Amino acid sequence: MTAMRKITPSEDATGTTPVLRVSVWRGTAEGGAYEEFEVPQQDNQTILDVVSWIQQYADPTLTYRFACRVGMCGSCAMMVNGKPRWTCRTHVKKVTEGGALTIAPLRNLPVIKDLAADMDPFFDKWVKAGGHHHPSASRHDPMPVITSETPGRVEANAGIECINCSVCYASCDTVAGNPDYLGPAALQRAWTLYNDAKEADREAVLDRVSGAGGCHNCHSQGSCTLYCPNELDPLSAIAGLKRASAKRFFKGGR
Amino acid sequence: MLDMRLYMAQRLSAMAMGPFVLVHIAVMIYAIQGGLSASEILSRTQGSVFWFLFYGLFVVAAGLHGAIGLRVIAHEMLGLKGWSLGAITWGFGIGVIYMGARAVMAVTGL
Repeated sequence: MTAMRKITPSEDATGTTPVLRVSVWRGTAEGGAYEEFEVPQQDNQTILDVVSWIQQYADPTLTYRFACRVGMCGSCAMMVNGKPRWTCRTHVKKVTEGGALTIAPLRNLPVIKDLAADMDPFFDKWVKAGGHHHPSASRHDPMPVITSETPGRVEANAGIECINCSVCYASCDTVAGNPDYLGPAALQRAWTLYNDAKEADREAVLDRVSGAGGCHNCHSQGSCTLYCPNELDPLSAIAGLKRASAKRFFKGGR
Repeated sequence: MLDMRLYMAQRLSAMAMGPFVLVHIAVMIYAIQGGLSASEILSRTQGSVFWFLFYGLFVVAAGLHGAIGLRVIAHEMLGLKGWSLGAITWGFGIGVIYMGARAVMAVTGL
């Protein structure tokens, strides 16, 4: 009687290692093309694992970006089979189509090299929408007590887990057609500030999101909410900004 | 591309057009049910300030709404901006209002 040979996780029943056929976009802002790689398939494997395997074992010149590997930092988002994903938390088995993967840099952003997108336009718009907090009190003033049940706080809390991965920005067809549009993440941040009782000038928040590239350009297609890896709802935040600015308009404001 | 004023103009014109469309369709069905001919309908609308204001405002709302919507499409799909975008917006809006105004004048005779 012969002993059964143990099958390792990377092998199938025939003793061969199944492989993924991976098309990876290679190039710079000037242009590029997809390059094919064959990557050993594992039982548990994320898209970031696949990209890292290529960089470590097939082509060390592959450029990509990651940091925490646990869905905290928002660095590793890429287009996977045409959809924006946080690659460190996206399992290969859930997104492969016939054993094939196509990996590209994030949509709607300039490319630096290969899979690394230039995030500057994304963060520039975050700043343009007034993303930083404007304090209404100094450290010498008493701390106001705001319970988590306050309606404004509930609205603000809904958006504060944003990790700025730019998945929503890459998924947004309005950004694709209108490069001046601030985009879902920046507008959601503005909605958070608008609902923050400690924000010094909430009217100024509405001013910043009511310009030519502001919240009123949103077509409510909802890709941002559909693809947000943290299951946030920028679509509703933008709708909130539209409601608030319309109410101000009817009250004789700007 | 849409700032606050254009957004509100488009939403308010849409709000105005809702009842205009419903009343227009209801009156058309009512008139046809009664077997009125075109000349009989026109004899009732000629000289009517009510129908002049009704269809006059309808035309203005449609011109505004359509022009702003077309402006967004022209910018996002064709990449137009600056004077060419302004020309499309104003040209379409004025064209619709001009043609609509001619129709309103013909129907109401005012």
